[in-house]
Amino acid sequence: MRRVVAALALGVFASGVLASGVLASGSAQAQKDPRRSGFDDMSPATQAMQQDDTQNPAMLFVADGENLWKRPAGSDAKTCASCHGDARTGMRGVAARYPAFDASLARPVTLGERLNLCRVRQQKAQGWRAESPDLLALEAYVALQSRGQAITSPDDTRLAPFRARGEQRYRQRIGQLDLACGQCHDEHAGKRLGGSAIPQGHPTGYPIYRLEWQALGSLQRRLRGCYAGVRADAPPYGAIELVELELYLASRAAGMPVESPAVRP
Amino acid sequence: MARTLITVPQDAKRGDVVEIRVLMAHPMETGYRVGSDGKRVPRNILRRFTCRLDGEVVFAAELFPAVSANPYLAFPLRAERSGTLSFAWEGDGGFAQTETAALNVA
Repeated sequence: MRRVVAALALGVFASGVLASGVLASGSAQAQKDPRRSGFDDMSPATQAMQQDDTQNPAMLFVADGENLWKRPAGSDAKTCASCHGDARTGMRGVAARYPAFDASLARPVTLGERLNLCRVRQQKAQGWRAESPDLLALEAYVALQSRGQAITSPDDTRLAPFRARGEQRYRQRIGQLDLACGQCHDEHAGKRLGGSAIPQGHPTGYPIYRLEWQALGSLQRRLRGCYAGVRADAPPYGAIELVELELYLASRAAGMPVESPAVRP
Repeated sequence: MARTLITVPQDAKRGDVVEIRVLMAHPMETGYRVGSDGKRVPRNILRRFTCRLDGEVVFAAELFPAVSANPYLAFPLRAERSGTLSFAWEGDGGFAQTETAALNVA
């Protein structure tokens, strides 16, 4: 009888060890991804602003974007909806895949460029200029449809050389301050620069409503801000340098959920 | 017409204190900034916001150049009766816009 009890106790002990082993590997899995969205390091007030659509100023632009989606444009008087239907289903997950390869241009294009290409090729209308309110509004509306989906940079071999050049740019020291992106966003992420937290630089929420800008802006606007920050000449909007950098950042953030349109300080 | 986002809770019971939220697209240009041409950008701000329930003022606010762009206002209101809420913004250059929303009190 005593032996049976001992065996039972041993069994309980063994299963206890097993259970704690499972727990340990579970928490290790939770801690495995060291990547943090800029959202995680914002003040609770700014986080609340992003999470509540009735407070998020970017939703003003989204409402404009929804109108633009349904408004005829160009000589053919086609709307976005004429081809793509309801954006809530047709555009689901699309923003999470950009930048993507455009076969006729033989280079990657950003979501904003894709909207403009569609406007010129399909609607026979004039493209919007970079950072124009209409372009950002439509971009925000399309990006909203991918909210919560994992960023999945396309597994397209034609993108590989562009992505490699993007990574090279990320590691390249530039400007009078002689700094590379990674020196802040990899080596010193989580510390502070002046009064601001240094984020890891994952493009999870673009286009963002940035409180500093008091407006909606694209990832390229943010990248150009960093170029100016290290006292380097910023490439113009739409330059292949910026698209390559966007492409590398998208693959670096692969698997993180899309937050668009996000609020950032 | 400037874009607005107005949130009025639809499940208020008589006597409840509800939160009304209004967000308006507006540049709130302070008048202190200088443009790229070296000239001062003229001030363009909202000056006053008024919320009325069936004509009776229930909340009003004055806005100043320090208020950020796209101003967001949230205020409590004791829901005593159903009615029509009107939201009026007045600003520089003769800016005036009024929006309405229904307040339904069970």
